[in-house]
Amino acid sequence: MSLATLLLLADGRLPSGGHAHSGGLEAQVSAGRVGDLDGLAGFLRGKLATSGLVAAAFAAAACHRTLGTSPPAHLARATPPAHPPRATPQPAHPARGDQTPPLYFVPDISDLDQGLDARTPSPALRKASRAQGRALLRAGRAMWAIPEIGREPHQPVALGVLARAAGLGPLEAAVAAAHGTVTGSASAGVRLLGLDPYAVHGLLARLAPDCDRVAASAAARAGDPVDELPAAGAPLLDIGAELHATWEVRLFAS
Amino acid sequence: MKAFARVAAESDGRGGTRLAELRGESPLLPRRTGAHRVHLVGGAAGPLRGDELRLEIAVGPGATLEVLSVAAQLALPGRSHLPASRYEISASVAEGGELRWLPEPLIAAAGCDHVTVTHVDVADGGHLLWRDDLVCGRHGEDPGDVRTETTVRYAGRTLYRHDLAVGPAAPGWSGAAVLGGGRALGTVVMTTEDGPAVLGGDAVLMPLAGPGMVGIAVGADIRQVRAALDPLCAARVAVATPAG
Repeated sequence: MSLATLLLLADGRLPSGGHAHSGGLEAQVSAGRVGDLDGLAGFLRGKLATSGLVAAAFAAAACHRTLGTSPPAHLARATPPAHPPRATPQPAHPARGDQTPPLYFVPDISDLDQGLDARTPSPALRKASRAQGRALLRAGRAMWAIPEIGREPHQPVALGVLARAAGLGPLEAAVAAAHGTVTGSASAGVRLLGLDPYAVHGLLARLAPDCDRVAASAAARAGDPVDELPAAGAPLLDIGAELHATWEVRLFAS
Repeated sequence: MKAFARVAAESDGRGGTRLAELRGESPLLPRRTGAHRVHLVGGAAGPLRGDELRLEIAVGPGATLEVLSVAAQLALPGRSHLPASRYEISASVAEGGELRWLPEPLIAAAGCDHVTVTHVDVADGGHLLWRDDLVCGRHGEDPGDVRTETTVRYAGRTLYRHDLAVGPAAPGWSGAAVLGGGRALGTVVMTTEDGPAVLGGDAVLMPLAGPGMVGIAVGADIRQVRAALDPLCAARVAVATPAG
């Protein structure tokens, strides 16, 4: 596992459109539920424990699935970080006359997308998640060899597949997902409420151990049947997303 | 306290419904209150820590069943060394069958530790209206821990999968992402199709990715939730069948 690669995947500057989304914060700021740092802290804690856990679990599951039953040695978790993979994983489908046998097989992961559909009551949130998944795949294709998994997967599924293509494992995929769940909304909080960016990052530092815990719990369940994966819901995120989608003027896409 | 109850409805072959099975044990007692209506009567206080309640509902092809309850379910602490109280509900609806689940709310009293696990399996061509209300604490009281785990499957696929945790063990449950200071939540999952709708306040009706809709309402108290969701359920009930 390459730490630098994980940092790259979790970086907010990844050109995957994440900055256009407030992760539900804009709707709650407008509803008057979040107005200061304490309000943001409560929002982020609840979000991490619910949609953060679900995103982490599905990212870990997508990574685990893509890992297949016998991961190639050069991509195994035990690879020393000092020796990055020499070979680049190739898409599983033997495309365009390429005779190279697939280096890892890509199972059908559409049930993970369906699992996220079933966990996301709000159509606006489903749309936002799939739009971010598509944008993430696009960025990922410029970075690593991404297997063909469909045009518009949910964001956590895309993240898990990217993590695998980058030589990372389910735990790293889960950490990136949990981290992204809180950091995206936190930076939106700075813009929406004019909060002190130092104080917001102080909050993120306090949440980091929680992100690690959520990711570890998600990764431990990466191989569970889809119905048994975490399904923690956050009613106000769904309600807020639907109300937000009806606004004519908004700063963030979701 | 352990209890098992089972309600089975089947078509009587003349366009009506026959309650083929109706059995229970205190505190889970189903009582027939209409041609195709059953009320659950709580035969004891609780659930309390350590309780294990199981309810099975089966609606056969062409049958109609409505399940209500006479009073709210009040989850109470019980003895602290015992495991969380647990209420498992599993329901199945066959093709052409219809189940309406409209119980009174679950109230999470201070210090309680309770889990409700719901599995509903609706066959292709079956109809469902599944309402669940939760109140966090009695009046002026902070709630204990309640977790709900709900799975609704339709035609062999999972249509709706939703867990919720409130109480001191659930991080951020009263934060602005989850209930935001609201103390009541109502959810209604239905297999009928309709457009999305804002029901007013913090309540919306949303089309699911599979067939069906879910209405969700968060309120300061249960009255706000009822104001948003009751008309929705009443409309569906009235359209579906004449009063039993």
